[in-house]
Parts: sequence; C-alpha cells; structure tokens
Amino acid sequence: MKILAVCGMGIGTSVLLKTNAEKAAQDLGLDADVEIADIGTARGAAVTADVVLTSGELAAELGDVGIPVVVVDNFVDGTEIREKLGAAVGRQA
Amino acid sequence: MQEPALSRLLPLDAIATGAEAEDWRAAIRAAGELLVATGATTDDYIGEMQQAVEEYGPYIVIAPGLALAHSRPSPAVLRTGLSWAGLKTPVEFGHAANDPVRLVIGLAAVDHDGHSSALSRLARMLADPDRLKRLTEATGAAEIHGTISDYESSAE
Repeated sequence: MKILAVCGMGIGTSVLLKTNAEKAAQDLGLDADVEIADIGTARGAAVTADVVLTSGELAAELGDVGIPVVVVDNFVDGTEIREKLGAAVGRQA
Repeated sequence: MQEPALSRLLPLDAIATGAEAEDWRAAIRAAGELLVATGATTDDYIGEMQQAVEEYGPYIVIAPGLALAHSRPSPAVLRTGLSWAGLKTPVEFGHAANDPVRLVIGLAAVDHDGHSSALSRLARMLADPDRLKRLTEATGAAEIHGTISDYESSAE
C-alpha cells in the first residue's frame, strides 16, 4: 500500500511524519511505501495512494480526496501515528 | 555521499535557551536569527518562515510545545542547517492541540531531500517523551548539544 505524508512545503514536517509512519507501518505489519507531498501536489498524489497522513489544518484544506485522511496531532509520537494509521486501514499492532 | 550529522547541522552556536519572545512571530525570529548568525540563511529567510505560518496555519507546531519553523528552499538559504531556540516564556501559535510552544527548531534546506536523514534522526530523538522533556527543560546550549551528540553516537 502507499501512504502519503502531506505538509505545507514538503521539506520539514512531512519528512518527520514519513520517518514515524514507516516505523508505524512496520509495527503494524503493513507492506507500505511512504511518499511525501506538499499541499499543492497532494491532491494529485493521493490518486495513487491508499491513505493520507497530515495535520488538522492541512486536512481541512485538502478536503475529500476519496481515501482516508488521518489527522496527526503529534508528529513525533509513534504510538499516536500507529494507532490512527491502524484504525484507518483496519489493522492493529 | 553521506549527509552531515545532526550535531553538525545544529552547531553549538545555533542553540540558545531562555530566548525572549512575546508572540509566535518573535519566537520564529529568535530561531531565524540563529540561522542567520551561523551562516545558514540571510535575514530574508526569517520573513519567509513567518509567511509560511500565515499561509498554511500553525501546523508547524508538530508536537506539544515544539514548533519546527521552516520555509521552502530559496535564495535566502545559503546552506542546509538547523537552529534551536528555547523560549523563556511559552507562546501561543494558535494550534488546537500542541500550544503553548516552548521550543522552536528552525530548519533551512537547500533542497527537498539532502537533509532528510538528519531530520529523520531528529524525529526519532524527539519521539522519546523523556528525552524531549529533558531537552526542552535544559538551560544550557552545551548540555543540549551534548545530549544530541550522545544520542547520535549511540544510535549509529
């Protein structure tokens, strides 16, 4: 599956999110690639993705992209990301 | 080619504690001035980081008490680097879950991926709540730099 980590500019927050999302996917036993997009390209990138991870503000800006959008509050909290990602894809660690 | 280590991207001179800031703009300025002082960016980058918050909202507050101030690669970025501004008094960024902010980490990048492994290491380092607490409560730059160097040498 493909996980899309979305941030405003694609250089900071999404890089942190990618690191922790990769670890979360591994913990959940998911065979997943995590890609990064900025808010400008996220809508296009979401077409080939299975789930989006982003912040609350950017989720509101992104709107409905036809796949689950997971809102992450704490980008360095591995437990939060694992639980929310697991719930979105129906998998528990 | 190997990327620069986190402790090199964040030199001792780029770390300050007890920075005075009355609002989020001043807090970003504090982190930005350290990027300017260490030769990572020009003054213009400070305004670019503030502009990013105006444009996209306070999502740069990535964890309770922690903001990752940054903007896009631009002519104002001279080299990839980080800065660390611990605030004397926490300030509100307007984030629903993670306010108030006690630590602003400034990030300047010349491209989209040259800094990604150092930033990933930063993410893993800050993911430990006890270490994050110790780092945000540290009062000296040397203590912070030492903690980061120790973390890097134990992680590699």
